[in-house]
Amino acid sequence: MLTEVENTYMKLIAAMSGGVDSAVAAARASEAGHQVIGVHLALSKNPKKYRSGARGCCTIEDSHDARRAADVIGIPFYIWDMSDEFHENVVENFLSEYAAGNTPNPCLRCNEKIKFAAVLDRAKAMGFDGVVTGHYAQTKDVDGQRLLYRAIDSGKDQSYVLAVLNQEQLNGAHFPLGDTTKDNIRLEAKSRGLSVALKPDSHDICFVPSGDNAGWLRERLGSQVGDIVDEDGNKLGEHNGAYTFTIGQRRGLALSIPEKSGEPRYVLKVEPVNNRVIVGVKADLAIHEVSGLSPIWCGPRPSGENSGFIQVRAHGSAHSCKYFLDESGPLPELKAIVDQPIYGLATGQAMVIYDGDRVVGSATISGTK
Amino acid sequence: MPQVYFDHASTTPISSVALESFIEQSKLVGNPSSLHSYGRLARKKVEESRESLANLIGCHSSEIIFTSSGTEANNLAIKGILWHRKREDPKRKLILISSFEHHAVLDPSLWLAESGQAEILMIDVNQDGYIDLEQMETVIKERHEEIALISVMHSNNEVGTIQPIKEISKLAETYKIPLHSDAVQSLGKVNLSFKELGLFAMTVSAHKVGGPVGVAALVLKKGVDITPLIHGGGQERDIRSGTINAAAIASFVSATSSAMRDMESNYQKIFALRAKLIATIQGQVSDVRLNSPLEGEILPGIANIEFPSTESDSMLLLFDAEGIACSTGSACSAGVQEASHVLLAMGRSQTQARSSLRFSLGISNTESEIEYLGACIRRVIDRARDAYRG
Repeated sequence: MLTEVENTYMKLIAAMSGGVDSAVAAARASEAGHQVIGVHLALSKNPKKYRSGARGCCTIEDSHDARRAADVIGIPFYIWDMSDEFHENVVENFLSEYAAGNTPNPCLRCNEKIKFAAVLDRAKAMGFDGVVTGHYAQTKDVDGQRLLYRAIDSGKDQSYVLAVLNQEQLNGAHFPLGDTTKDNIRLEAKSRGLSVALKPDSHDICFVPSGDNAGWLRERLGSQVGDIVDEDGNKLGEHNGAYTFTIGQRRGLALSIPEKSGEPRYVLKVEPVNNRVIVGVKADLAIHEVSGLSPIWCGPRPSGENSGFIQVRAHGSAHSCKYFLDESGPLPELKAIVDQPIYGLATGQAMVIYDGDRVVGSATISGTK
Repeated sequence: MPQVYFDHASTTPISSVALESFIEQSKLVGNPSSLHSYGRLARKKVEESRESLANLIGCHSSEIIFTSSGTEANNLAIKGILWHRKREDPKRKLILISSFEHHAVLDPSLWLAESGQAEILMIDVNQDGYIDLEQMETVIKERHEEIALISVMHSNNEVGTIQPIKEISKLAETYKIPLHSDAVQSLGKVNLSFKELGLFAMTVSAHKVGGPVGVAALVLKKGVDITPLIHGGGQERDIRSGTINAAAIASFVSATSSAMRDMESNYQKIFALRAKLIATIQGQVSDVRLNSPLEGEILPGIANIEFPSTESDSMLLLFDAEGIACSTGSACSAGVQEASHVLLAMGRSQTQARSSLRFSLGISNTESEIEYLGACIRRVIDRARDAYRG
């Protein structure tokens, strides 16, 4: 936590989305005596083009809410134009990953490339010590190393989307909300006179205005009719673009030929090259081993085989597993062997390994068995 | 930490006489449009103020229409003149403006063009920030029958250059085309006479001259007619409606009177400070480039300077952290800094425009404040350069 870890006052940039969490985070940092400057990130070249309501993180309303919160807290406030960086690293990546048949997580990518890279780098260059955000996660300094932990509010814990931060990024990251529940943050916002106290949480993907991800992808990647087939290659139906499907998906298949057993069908595999979607029953989705590339360690690099937990979705369950780093191939791979099968896992998602509540590290899922 | 205000062109502190005048008038009750004694007293103050202002800016008191802002006055001029002239002759739908007008002229003109009510033609400005008179003359000669109005600012708010309004007015007069000039930045700083300039309409505003925010005026040539923007009482000669703001008007005129009385000495003092500011900055950061001319036909206090390999929003934040207030071109409605259209019009690149800052000085600034800037600037620019994203 900000006040516990730091003995000296720091100069910090508070990333303020216009929501309640980042407003309280900035207020807490300022109240702790740090010199805080609020910054709202403009992530769209034309903010009106993103969300029209005040629920995402890209609207004029949101930048006004952030400015008002900064005024109430009594800190300077600026808007930083990060739209080029965001488009290149998050939006383009989102599109290319889907086009390649993967399922990327743009929030994770935004943390890795924007908030704790482009913003942190700019802040440091300008003489600041780090970046404060309203993420629900905790850090602790142990033996001179900063470690990342889950928030105490398990329903709001965001350590999964922060598990892409390396040591240097973690050293510059400050999460003042990790020791408090969301309900109490709202109460605190109210008592601080912040008008965003009751503002609804942001949800979905901030750069998809309608919330219709498949439609948004179709608009940009084109719509091409392809086959939906079973594992033996028998055609069961058609679709309008393989990339709009994700492994484990059940809804939206619209198949007229029922499965022999009467069980529901799920997407087992997406083949963007031949525009094919392969479906099957739930048992065929069972995964026992997960491999990931480009591992990032949020603490000490593990050695040998360890017991821990794997999480594969932002608010998914943690599954007990054995994990180890396999360096036998051309690229090091983080591998996890789960005690109980996981269902519906897509490549491109992040696998995050936990040791209890501590984040060990993460990797991008490249294969499953 | 010292607090230094180098943003007088945005708004300048209210002068003591203007504040006194505002408070004094605010203590009185009475709507200037009321017929009873309270109203008459308020009306008397307003009309005395109108007459004083008319004397100060070389027009007849009946030519002054008080508005709530310079932006409103500019909108009234652009839209009101266009609509009226079009009604007289539907061919007249061309608005001629300079390419570096303030948004208060640019945006209503663009809106009229986008909504199909007008055609807009922008006359180039040169790299020093002066309008291309030859191009203006050519366009007027070729298309005078279509021109509804011409609007060229008296002085530019970002670089401080004073435009050759008298020459433009002669060209306009030849073809009887109405000429409007936004003189918001010039009032109280340089000679300004509505009559001598031969204008059809002129905008002036209180808060740039030491008066309160929320009051301005459109000076409109006697005997001419334009279409109102705001209806509902016709308090200002049926051209502008709304309760007349007696306290703000009295304060506006007190401020203008004070500024014009001391204009010569203020000009000398502020111009000398500007020269010191430029020399100080050049002394600390050797590769800066001036966007404003060093001397000539310029306002005394505006210095627009490019700091290569920086971004203006970084510099603003860092200067602000040192207690120094300056400014950059403009920001969109979401607050994102944009490259100044003024600098782009003057031929600067996007990169150059995004690396530029405006320092605007006023009578309250001192030499020691410039020395303080000199002590901070190297640190600010070094950090801004470290943060530069290219």
